[in-house]
Amino acid sequence: MFYVIEPTKKIKINLRELWQYRELFYFFTWRDIKVKYKQAVLGVLWAILQPLIGMLIFTFFGKVLKIPSDGIPYPVFAYSGLMLWTMFASSISNAGNSMVNNAHIIKKIYFPRLIIPTSAIFVATFDFMMAFVVYICLLLYFNVDFSVAKLLAFTFISVIIIVVTSFGLGSFFSALNVKYRDVKYIIPFFVQSLMFLTPVIYPTSVLKYDWAKYLIAINPISGAIDLSRNVLLSKSLNIELLAVSCISAIILFFVGLLYFKRTEEFFADIA
Amino acid sequence: MEPILDIQKISKKYKIRGFEPHYLMLRDVLSKKNRKRSKNKEEFWALKDITFKVFSGESLGIIGKNGAGKSTLLKILSKITPPTKGRIISRGRVASLLEVGTGFHPELTGRENIFLNGSILGLKKNEIKEKFDEIVDFAGVEKFIDMPLKHYSSGMQLRLAFAVAAHLEPEILIIDEVLAVGDAEFQKKSLGKMKDVTKEGRTVLFVSHNLQAVNTLCKRSVLLEKGEIKLDGPSNEVIRAYNNEIIGAIHEWTGVNGDEHAALLKTKVYSDANVFYTNRDIYIEMEYEVYENITNLVVGFHIINEFGCHILYVLRDDYDTKIESITLKGKYKERFKIPANHLAKGTYTIAFDLGIHNVKKIASDESNLQFYVMNEDSYGCRFPVIDAPGYSGIFRPNWKI
Repeated sequence: MFYVIEPTKKIKINLRELWQYRELFYFFTWRDIKVKYKQAVLGVLWAILQPLIGMLIFTFFGKVLKIPSDGIPYPVFAYSGLMLWTMFASSISNAGNSMVNNAHIIKKIYFPRLIIPTSAIFVATFDFMMAFVVYICLLLYFNVDFSVAKLLAFTFISVIIIVVTSFGLGSFFSALNVKYRDVKYIIPFFVQSLMFLTPVIYPTSVLKYDWAKYLIAINPISGAIDLSRNVLLSKSLNIELLAVSCISAIILFFVGLLYFKRTEEFFADIA
Repeated sequence: MEPILDIQKISKKYKIRGFEPHYLMLRDVLSKKNRKRSKNKEEFWALKDITFKVFSGESLGIIGKNGAGKSTLLKILSKITPPTKGRIISRGRVASLLEVGTGFHPELTGRENIFLNGSILGLKKNEIKEKFDEIVDFAGVEKFIDMPLKHYSSGMQLRLAFAVAAHLEPEILIIDEVLAVGDAEFQKKSLGKMKDVTKEGRTVLFVSHNLQAVNTLCKRSVLLEKGEIKLDGPSNEVIRAYNNEIIGAIHEWTGVNGDEHAALLKTKVYSDANVFYTNRDIYIEMEYEVYENITNLVVGFHIINEFGCHILYVLRDDYDTKIESITLKGKYKERFKIPANHLAKGTYTIAFDLGIHNVKKIASDESNLQFYVMNEDSYGCRFPVIDAPGYSGIFRPNWKI
């Protein structure tokens, strides 16, 4: 094994090295999941309770405010949005704080730093899988008509979009957080505000103008939620809107990645 | 032969912002006040043009005062932070133990922590599985292995941490102050393990303030001072230089210290090795001149240990049975020998004494020499325990009949 340690000039993403450290992704994810649920009396149940309680609250308001739901029973409608949104929200906050939370390790041992925010997103993905099981139960309970293959395929793509977006935003925030500790307080505010700009508790169809739909689609989570809800609808998917979301997700991915790589070498000095 | 580590002109610059923390609050950036202050950023070179080579199988000690740049150098070598200038060519997998137990989580069990910590240190899951029993056995925590780490005593945690670290098998191992953990018995085990590592032909870079440990483990050492290499050579020489520097010790003095009757001209403490070892003779020499015939001249010295304890007083003619002795005018040279296996490890001060009995002091308590005695390898330490109280008494005798 031969390598050179030099002042870094170019941003280089060493995929081979990431592959060599693949087990560490697993261990960090595993650690966070274990620790998270070890002391909680209800344990893994919390992964389900979060969107479930959200669903009950929003169902109440949804009924009061008569929010349309494209013909899907409102609880199912709200839950389908909330489970994906919860995944995104916890990905961003887990990842955004991950570098600072693991500063003690970063300062002592070398490994590809990207593993840390990525693992934080995997933890949120694990929670999502628990929540998804409940989703299927809800679909059966409310007797909603759907095709299993389509559900799995579309949800899978939705999850990919969310992971890609979260990775971009999460690694950006995590790097920024090392330098500016305010980021910790900005993240919850950011997530909360963004939720109302995302069709979580209302359908995209409430937007009257086409340009508004495109504007909303720039937020990749809109695309992801619409895609997964499309399984329950008879109308066909608006591919253009989805494409906007996907492109936006990819742009966010690279912006976050580049910012992270550009600043990572100094994490150990300032963390 | 090509060196396994080739360190070429490494420099590292830090910007210091006074007493501010390294990270910022956004308001600091937004407010003008800080913008002004940030202009006054000071540059600080933690390392300057560090160049040395390490060959495969060598164990190198890195010593120096706090702030000399030891930790920065290790951080660069273990890729935690990049150098500002220069480059390092490495021909082996590096594992660094800058702190044992990095990544340990109190909520996880001992078993889980072994896997987590091992993985962070770069072990593969299968490697950890293979060595699991050995690690648990080494740490001596079999009974508690499935208990959360928070219920472990701090000693048990350290033992477990060291056990995981000790089972890494990289080509180059970087160790920073990890031997100072655990009780006497565990230290013995740790030191033994470190010795095995060097015997297996792996390269070890060892940073410690424990000079005894450095001398035991490393043949060669590098002395850093203010970010630069001050000395690079055999450990005993480098350690001696370092010791002299930290305690400001001088082993030799020449001058004239006295009055019209007599004067001390030269004093010296030395041994046949470069360093003072507990198991070797230590010689003390004094030269003086007597300007007139003096009755009952006092020539000798005191030795005071590092705790300020006066441990001995020796005279040239203590055991002379004559009641009166006359020292004739002239130059004299006196040699004393502290036989091997007398003084224990430690720093000693010699206060020379020249005077006329019951009349006056001519030269005393001045021209103090200091010397640092340490154990040679494991000689005189059948069970080498670093810093164990048993080996730091006043004497280190060899009394078995």
